[in-house]
Amino acid sequence: MRRILFLARAEVLHIVRDRTTLAQVLVVPIVQLLVLVNAATFVIRDTPTYVVDQDRTSASRGLINRLAASGHFRILERSASLSKANDALLEGAATLVVTIPRDFESSLARTGRAPVQLVVNAEKGSAAGIVLSYAGQILDRYSGELGRELRPSMLTVGYGTGDPSPWRGHPRIETRTRGWYNASLDYRHYMVPGILVALVTLIGTLLSAQNIAREKELGTLEQLNVTPLTRGQFIAAKLLPLWVLGLFDLGLGLLAGKLVFDVPTRGSLLLLFVAAAIYLLVALAIGLLISTGVDTQQQAMFVTFFVLNVYLLLSGLFTPIDSMSPWMQMVSQLNPVRHFVTISRAILIKGAGLDEVAPPLLVLCGFAVVTLTLAVQRYRKRTA
Amino acid sequence: MSALWGLLRKETRHILRDRRTLTVLLLLPVLQVVIFGYAIRTDVKDVRLAVVDPSPDLATLRLRGRLTGAHVFRVVAVLPDAAGLERLFQTGAAQAALVFAPGFADDLGRGLPARLLVVTDATEPNTGVTIQSHVLSVVQQFEREGPGRPGGVRIVPEARLRFNPTAESKNLFVPGLMAFVLTIISCLMTAITLTREKETGTMEALLVSPLRPWHIIVGKVAPYLVVGFASVVGVIVEARLIFDVPLRGSVTLLFAEGTLFILVSLALGVLISARTSSQRVAMTAALLGTMLPTMILSGFIFPVESMPRVLQYISNVVPAKWFVAIARGIMLKGVGLEYLWTETLILVGMAVVLLGAAARSFHERLE
Repeated sequence: MRRILFLARAEVLHIVRDRTTLAQVLVVPIVQLLVLVNAATFVIRDTPTYVVDQDRTSASRGLINRLAASGHFRILERSASLSKANDALLEGAATLVVTIPRDFESSLARTGRAPVQLVVNAEKGSAAGIVLSYAGQILDRYSGELGRELRPSMLTVGYGTGDPSPWRGHPRIETRTRGWYNASLDYRHYMVPGILVALVTLIGTLLSAQNIAREKELGTLEQLNVTPLTRGQFIAAKLLPLWVLGLFDLGLGLLAGKLVFDVPTRGSLLLLFVAAAIYLLVALAIGLLISTGVDTQQQAMFVTFFVLNVYLLLSGLFTPIDSMSPWMQMVSQLNPVRHFVTISRAILIKGAGLDEVAPPLLVLCGFAVVTLTLAVQRYRKRTA
Repeated sequence: MSALWGLLRKETRHILRDRRTLTVLLLLPVLQVVIFGYAIRTDVKDVRLAVVDPSPDLATLRLRGRLTGAHVFRVVAVLPDAAGLERLFQTGAAQAALVFAPGFADDLGRGLPARLLVVTDATEPNTGVTIQSHVLSVVQQFEREGPGRPGGVRIVPEARLRFNPTAESKNLFVPGLMAFVLTIISCLMTAITLTREKETGTMEALLVSPLRPWHIIVGKVAPYLVVGFASVVGVIVEARLIFDVPLRGSVTLLFAEGTLFILVSLALGVLISARTSSQRVAMTAALLGTMLPTMILSGFIFPVESMPRVLQYISNVVPAKWFVAIARGIMLKGVGLEYLWTETLILVGMAVVLLGAAARSFHERLE
């Protein structure tokens, strides 16, 4: 035990003395959190919208006002020219073109229906669907308002066909909606718990891979190998400081998230840190595994970069697991990052307890045992 | 010229010998195409729905049937009351819930407003909104088809998705991926290989050799360019073969713009190497200064319009942002230079400024 502590102390000194590493550990995570949480967002607001209003009536103007007032759309320009709208779409100035046809209001008053054409630039993928569903909801709500407004006129002018009160006897469903856990639909609240996982993963894996690769490159690993330290002791001493650092970074990130973005922490923080402690073992062991397979720091960084790239993209951090193709969802079960992202979001956003996060937590424990065993076995005190 | 040839051969050997790095360089783009094609999606399908139905009746069963009939929803649980709902959401077993008020069917039958609550897991806001609007549209449809005559007014949206009619994300990632691969290879690798010579002290040897400065740069950079072009062609071919990604515009223009982007990235790589002295610092600088912005601020994955103003301004100095816009224009919209000249001019400007700065920094080192 004393040996482990000695070596661990040496590691801590290395980290504290090396300005680059210290920056990597303290500054980079915070900057990443602040930038990523703001940048990694699929939130739809201010969609640049071109309106082709061929009707120019109070009904069409009302529709345009509703769109503008929703905050989801920013009206770039309105005119009656379809070709100008098409140009705006091709140039990329507009993402949505709303075309209100000439007899919009009269058709609404006469038949109770009128088409509105929505053309979305789907070049930006996922956004297109969301833009359409926001626009659809606004149209629905406006239809409701117009119905109340136009109905009396319909009746007095005599557009109604026979039945004096078309609403009576018609079954109505009063639908209320609730978006649980994120009622304000704040994307940042969704991203922070995920980005925290990315930070912990990066610190854990990158530092542990780099650390041992550096000793290899400098030749000091040989010196350690001829000491009476056993493999297990050596690895424990190497990983212990990084493990503490990872947890420290999680706390730091959480604090920054709370102060800057006011992210919710509904569940137990203790549970989150326990899960993180287990998860960090996995992340560190993966870094160690990488370092046993490479010769130089450059390679270590490259391979780590490659592995993390795949892991993070497949973790459901940026895009929901549920949207992946079925076989990809299976593959992602093998990804420890995925399980910790699930746990972190469940605890922080949904306020889940131990009962709810037990399955992914058990999977993480399994990963920890397997990867640590593998790493200790792969690491040899070889001479060559 | 034979000196340059010698340096080229030396660099090629360096690349071929470092198998691990080469594997990463070649494998990463190939895997990324698969990942982006199959995994980076945001379409909502197969939604796990919980139903709370305190008084099951023909009407509630019909509405439930309507929802599952749409093939978007799958009922995972039917509960008599809302007590167990929270747990289903917390474990992720349910993504949406349809909560009927007690006596829903009775109210509906008597023509009274029947109350219905739609709960969605809005942890991820866009998925929440999409699921909610799916449920609402089914409910409205159901309401309209009910007995009694439909009244009121309806604005019928006719939606059309331009340039990517199926709104598939797979069509969108290829341009971004090209920018990403080119940045790794032309910027990161250039920075590393030049700093390595510095770190090991062999740069001095190169500088006192009869090689001209531009020889050194060309000799160092050209082999990576070959790897870079090979990767990009690989990405395009793979994306076309597996995912049938469109390439509507001119291929020549695409390659010309690609070369322009490579020049900008190379100049950045040379600049980074001039300012740093160790591979580790060079790599960190290249990762943070070019790779991350290319991933995050270029509009490759996340739409730039949604970002805060400050980040939108910063994104303007990221060369990849302009290249992604150009490549999407050519591949998806099939437009030519007449629509892309602004972006192209910006890239040309960046190339001129950065190449000038890179050449100067290299000359300074000579003196």
